[in-house]
Amino acid sequence: MSKIVESMYSIRMLDDLARKDTAIHKIHPAAKLLTTIAYLITVVSFGRYEISGLLPFVLYPMVIILLAELPAAQIFKRLLIIEPLIIGIGILNPLFDPRGWISFASIMIKSGLTVTACLILVSTTGLDKIAQALRTLRVPGVFVLQLILTFRYISLLTEELARMLRAYVMRAPLRKGVRLKDCGSFVGQLLLRTSDRAQRVYDSMKLRGFDGEYHSNGESRIAWRDVLFLISWSLFFIIARIHDIPAFLGLLLERVIG
Amino acid sequence: MHMADALISPAVGGAMTAAAAGVAAYSVKKIKNDLDDKAVPMMGVMGAFVFASQMINFSIPATGSSGHLGGGMLLAILLGPHAGFLTMASVLLIQALFFGDGGLLAYGCNVINLGFFTCFTAYPLIYRRITRKGLSSGRIFWASMISAVAGLQMGSFSVVLETLLSGRTELPFKSFVLLMQPIHLAIGVVEGLITAAVAAFVWKARPEILERVETGKTMGDVSIKKVLSVLLAAAVIIGGFVSWFASSNPDGLEWSIGRIAGTAELEASGGVHNFMANVQSKTAILPDYGFNTTDESETSEYAGTSVSGIAGGAMTLGLAALIGLAISAVKKKKTVRSRQH
Repeated sequence: MSKIVESMYSIRMLDDLARKDTAIHKIHPAAKLLTTIAYLITVVSFGRYEISGLLPFVLYPMVIILLAELPAAQIFKRLLIIEPLIIGIGILNPLFDPRGWISFASIMIKSGLTVTACLILVSTTGLDKIAQALRTLRVPGVFVLQLILTFRYISLLTEELARMLRAYVMRAPLRKGVRLKDCGSFVGQLLLRTSDRAQRVYDSMKLRGFDGEYHSNGESRIAWRDVLFLISWSLFFIIARIHDIPAFLGLLLERVIG
Repeated sequence: MHMADALISPAVGGAMTAAAAGVAAYSVKKIKNDLDDKAVPMMGVMGAFVFASQMINFSIPATGSSGHLGGGMLLAILLGPHAGFLTMASVLLIQALFFGDGGLLAYGCNVINLGFFTCFTAYPLIYRRITRKGLSSGRIFWASMISAVAGLQMGSFSVVLETLLSGRTELPFKSFVLLMQPIHLAIGVVEGLITAAVAAFVWKARPEILERVETGKTMGDVSIKKVLSVLLAAAVIIGGFVSWFASSNPDGLEWSIGRIAGTAELEASGGVHNFMANVQSKTAILPDYGFNTTDESETSEYAGTSVSGIAGGAMTLGLAALIGLAISAVKKKKTVRSRQH
């Protein structure tokens, strides 16, 4: 239960962050989405014993976090919640392989980078605009509509859940949580109540002209600045993927000193 | 149960995303004409419901492990396979974006693992077979129970395959399977109970929801489904082979090639990594800056252990930090200036 409340806070936080108005927020959602995908592909394409080559990839999330004025501490907190899952699988590597600690470290770095990339995408763009980007990239409208509604109904469902729990507790004051016997009908009731409410919400959305499509007056067109953003970051990713920048810097240092 | 970006290779991620996109496109085509003003919000509600229920972990007795609902089976039962699959896909996308649960590259893997095996395998082959003779509480219970367990077993086996094909962990196949399948059997039983309870309740309170799915046109014709399954299997196999070639340490492959060719060391044996290594050696700025070998693990070991490698790593991070400091300094100046004006 507390986990749902916590995740609601998290969703609200990320959604609020997406409403900021920085240079990064202004970039076209499709450009940000594609940049994120380029980043993920390059990071994940590194071999399992790679560590040094991954280090330059810290630059992207760091620059975005700073430019978009995101709270780094909050993002790291979310990261820490995810990490145990990765540790669970990765920790077995050292058992099966003498060099397992290297591959374990590599997995940890990769998961840190990839999760951060997703979180900064959503906190600089917001789900509505990501949905818009998906439409720009020709993803079927049925799916995008489904995505937006699911997202919006999450808060509807939790509100309904809170109301039902309050009612239940008031009728059974000394009981902790819902009795196992009542769980089936409790959950079923929750579903029916939420769907009734969702139906009303959807009807009124339709009455106000909602049809799941985005009608913009040209302001959402892709500008040269968006293209530049995508191309320059992608170039950086490719260069950092092909050349081991830390190894290069290390050799340079060796030469200067020697 | 969710695959993470860090555990997969681009080839596996790409192949699975292509497969998921194919199934999704097919589902969209199937339900497009059936979608009315009742079905659309229902899909949204079910998505929100599965999203919330995936947040609740229940512990598996006597194992110290815990699991959460997959929800694919419930979606298939209440919405039909096509709408269920699409709803699962949207839930997983929200989770990948907002929680880093799974990830964008592993997205296709997760959609297939949690959505495809439940909606397009367990549902038509098990659930529909049992409920074909008409709905009753008993039939709904056993159909949900068995199909939920089976769906999760297939899903978790698919996780094992994807992880192994990606070659990011050293888990041996046998121990990984012995770890994953029993624990997901336990999780599957709990999932089956919950699915059955919810489905039975909905059937009692609003029978029209289940009947609508049973008689709905959304079941589609079988032939396209067959074609699609073949396509999917092809994508998985191709993805597997590509990633095998692409994986940084293709032990078995190298060994067998070595036996056949008579040399253990081969110049580029194809694949993404070797292609990268080739480009690397051609475009190297410093002539002695490593990368003469095609084996990536050797170079990274060199970089990881040598003094220059460690110093270089530190310099990279230092450089990144400097850039960061510069950005925040400029930002601060700007905000101070804008406040003064």
